[in-house]
Amino acid sequence: MLKLHYNLEKISVGLVAAIIVAASIGGIVEIAPLFTIDETVEIPADLRPYTPLELAGREIYIREGCYACHSQMVRSLADELDRYGPYSLAAESAYDHPMLWGSKRTGPDLARLGGKYSDDWHVAHLINPRSVVPASIMPSYPWLTRTLDTELLSDSLATLARLGVPYDEGMIGAAEADALAQSRPDSAMMDGFQERYGERPAARVFDGDPSRLTEMDALVAYLQSLGTLTDAPYRTLAEGKR
Amino acid sequence: MSNLTDPRNLPGADPHTGNRKIDPVTGYDTTGHDWGGITELNTAFPRIVIWALVLTFLYSVVAWILLPAWPIGRDYTRGLLGLDQGKEAVEGFHDLSGARQDWLSRFEGEGFPALQSDATLMATAMPAAARLFSDNCAACHGTLGRGGPGFPVLSDDSWLWSGDAAEIATTIRHGINADDPDTRYAEMPSFDWMARSDRAALAEFVAGLPNGSADFGSPAGVLFAENCTSCHGETGAGGLGIGAPPLTDAAVIYGQDPETVMQTLRRGRHGVMPAWSGRLSDAEINLLALYVAQLDHHGKGTQ
Repeated sequence: MLKLHYNLEKISVGLVAAIIVAASIGGIVEIAPLFTIDETVEIPADLRPYTPLELAGREIYIREGCYACHSQMVRSLADELDRYGPYSLAAESAYDHPMLWGSKRTGPDLARLGGKYSDDWHVAHLINPRSVVPASIMPSYPWLTRTLDTELLSDSLATLARLGVPYDEGMIGAAEADALAQSRPDSAMMDGFQERYGERPAARVFDGDPSRLTEMDALVAYLQSLGTLTDAPYRTLAEGKR
Repeated sequence: MSNLTDPRNLPGADPHTGNRKIDPVTGYDTTGHDWGGITELNTAFPRIVIWALVLTFLYSVVAWILLPAWPIGRDYTRGLLGLDQGKEAVEGFHDLSGARQDWLSRFEGEGFPALQSDATLMATAMPAAARLFSDNCAACHGTLGRGGPGFPVLSDDSWLWSGDAAEIATTIRHGINADDPDTRYAEMPSFDWMARSDRAALAEFVAGLPNGSADFGSPAGVLFAENCTSCHGETGAGGLGIGAPPLTDAAVIYGQDPETVMQTLRRGRHGVMPAWSGRLSDAEINLLALYVAQLDHHGKGTQ
């Protein structure tokens, strides 16, 4: 067998062909399951897409590089379940383009963060993490108090709709208004918002300042939505109970 | 045309035997390449690496048979051992929490005084409670329960409702101003309709309440009686159990200097404590309640 390799190395075309064959086995094993992903990853009936404001917050999460230190995937290990909650399902990130699972945890995992802390805490923590967690090494993000740019939101929704996220024409057209509505629950725009997204998305003045729609509003709305888009992972936990 | 694979044609080889130069120091053959007098040893590939590779390949064949391995269409080969990481994790988690159940389950039904008087139980439970507290409560209330900016101190004797473990358990379970049908409410309305001068006078008055320098007969005292007493009590001593703090004990969450009170009057306060009933079990909530209830004794050295 070693002789075969010895001879193969002398025939460059044969060597190239052999390398392609060997490497493609690894590739096929990884890629092949994706051809049937629609059938293998079952989308839970209660899975909702991000609202425009949450989506804007997600873009900020990516822009600020939060994913570099925070994962969004509870691994299927007993200790992880004990600390964070049920392990993450593939279906939970069905509408995530790109997914933000991450693999490095300088900070804690955020997959089950939604609803754990108050909006006020998130705002104080993002502006200066040391003000609430003295030993934190997370950077401060004081500039998040600037006004949110919603201009591209409709286009973002339209792009995601092409990738299979269930945004309809109405949602795409009203994206900017809906982003504002979610942080102004007492406004008249709220009716349209709830018509399109239902009553499940939390609608509050996330940053505590009703006079402006800020990047903080968007990011906190996004953080509070993490792990709340579907109850499916909680069902896997209950089903395993003996 | 000469045959390129014939060793005798390689550079540096003996044209009759095909042998290349043997390096006198190592005893190894050389490759025959010569770069201005520098030649390269033709060292054999280490045997141990070849064996490691062979063993790895053999293991992979065993693994294909025993473990989940190859994708086939909509399914995959599940392996003879039938392992499922998700199922294992859930079972492991239930084993983990099951091991705690022998003492933790007592927190589901028994009354707080009975639990607290059981020293053996407390010796097991309190360290576990401390970890639970660090993981869930410390972000806002601090690792020692000493509070933070806008977040209440838990290690003192001031409570909006009560320092009683049962009341604390209710707060943890349903939260304050939270998304829970049974949540507690603690809402300080905004007094931005009030003239700035009136608000400033009221702020001075409220700031003076803890040290007794507030004059109830003054115009600000009248403003206080008209606007504040229905929630904070006639003397500002609170204790009505409606989420309005006493203003006389200098333990107001947000601070009681005139400037802060001005802010509170203008914008109101609407602090949120999330409801934990979906995230923590009933027993865990009761355990935490007991832990928090005894936090306030630490400062006084009674426990």
